[in-house]
Amino acid sequence: MSDANSELTPLWEVFIRPRTGLAHSHVGSVHAADEVMALQAARDVYTRRGEGVSIWVVPSASITASDPAQRDENFEPAASKIYRHPSFYDIPDDVGHM
Amino acid sequence: MYSQGLIGADGRTAEDQDFLNRFQARIDDEQKIEPNDPMPEGYRRTLVRQIGQHAHSEIVGMLPEGNWITRAPSLRRKASLLAKVQDEGGHGLYLYSAAETLGVSREQMTEELLTGKAKYSSIFNYPTLSWADIGTIGWLVDGAAIMNQIPLCRCSYGPYARAMIRICKEESFHQRQGYEIVMKLAQGSPEQKAMAQESLDRFWQPVLMMFGPPDSESQNTDQSTRWKIKRFTNDELRQKFVDATVPQAEFLGLTIPDPDLKWNEDKQGFDFGPIDWDEFWRVVKGKGPMNRQRVEARQKAWDDGAWVREAALAHAEKRRAMAAE
Ligand SMILES: [Fe+2]
Ligand SMILES: [Fe+2]
Repeated sequence: MSDANSELTPLWEVFIRPRTGLAHSHVGSVHAADEVMALQAARDVYTRRGEGVSIWVVPSASITASDPAQRDENFEPAASKIYRHPSFYDIPDDVGHM
Repeated sequence: MYSQGLIGADGRTAEDQDFLNRFQARIDDEQKIEPNDPMPEGYRRTLVRQIGQHAHSEIVGMLPEGNWITRAPSLRRKASLLAKVQDEGGHGLYLYSAAETLGVSREQMTEELLTGKAKYSSIFNYPTLSWADIGTIGWLVDGAAIMNQIPLCRCSYGPYARAMIRICKEESFHQRQGYEIVMKLAQGSPEQKAMAQESLDRFWQPVLMMFGPPDSESQNTDQSTRWKIKRFTNDELRQKFVDATVPQAEFLGLTIPDPDLKWNEDKQGFDFGPIDWDEFWRVVKGKGPMNRQRVEARQKAWDDGAWVREAALAHAEKRRAMAAE
């Protein structure tokens, strides 16, 4: 087994575009020494049945994530601003579809 | 394929009651728990162990079937078997990837498999002696795995549930290719039918053991159920499996090797005979027919692959250095 951290094979996050017209979305991760091998491994592991037409691999260490402990602080304000939604506004039916 | 009723989890946890209550409230509300969310240490530990066992089972499960790839009786069978075994490798990787989100490294999990610290499903410690065994494994072993895995698609831990959804989509092909193999044999010559029956005779009890020890003996069910890691008990899943499988065997004209098997009108399910739990524990503790060979094969793969891993890392390092110049 590897005894130094530097010997560990790096981890890559895998994103797949299921078909054109859709965005890439996260499907999991693979270990690979470099980006070329990461793409090959991602293809073998995550697209054996036509799951995608395009793959992105990103070094896991390059991702900066929001802190789950600050979830409320970050996202709660959005929930209280109901005036950001169309249903907040009263428009008479007579106006027709708007 | 193949999760087993979890062997030897330790759900004990030391957080304060307030924290545990808040966590339980999220679970009760059917919220998924995601990698960096606060979670009780016992929850994390149980999942690392369960997902690890599950991943190892997929990987070790490639060995008994891989044994028959070069001897498959036709190109069609060979192509299917190759694809199935490749899927199992993929399943192992989805699951290792899910376990790694809990802060355990791939190297650590591999080490635990090779030293025998981590378990894998006991079913893979039985040999594949005839071609019929490949059919039986797809039909029954993957069939049992599907019973176990469908409820895991709703597991409270997000990355595990998502991996299970991918896996379940792929398992159906595994079971059908297995059943088709057994069906061809069962409808073939008397010798072929006898081969299918003999295989069913050997695998039936070990397959029932895949669901893990009886509820009366398994301590980890309660906590895992409260945390919604597990949705059904071992005995409930075993019963569902028997009820689903008996008619499939009848259709083939094969006999399930259990004199006590009979329909119970009251419970609307089959009663079945006792299971040899001593054998189960012997196999789990390393004394099954193939335990030694399975771990040796994984050790050899790890050792033989060492130069490839080292060369790939050295090559990547060199390319980085050249790009920096
Ligand atoms: Fe699998
Ligand atoms: Fe499978």
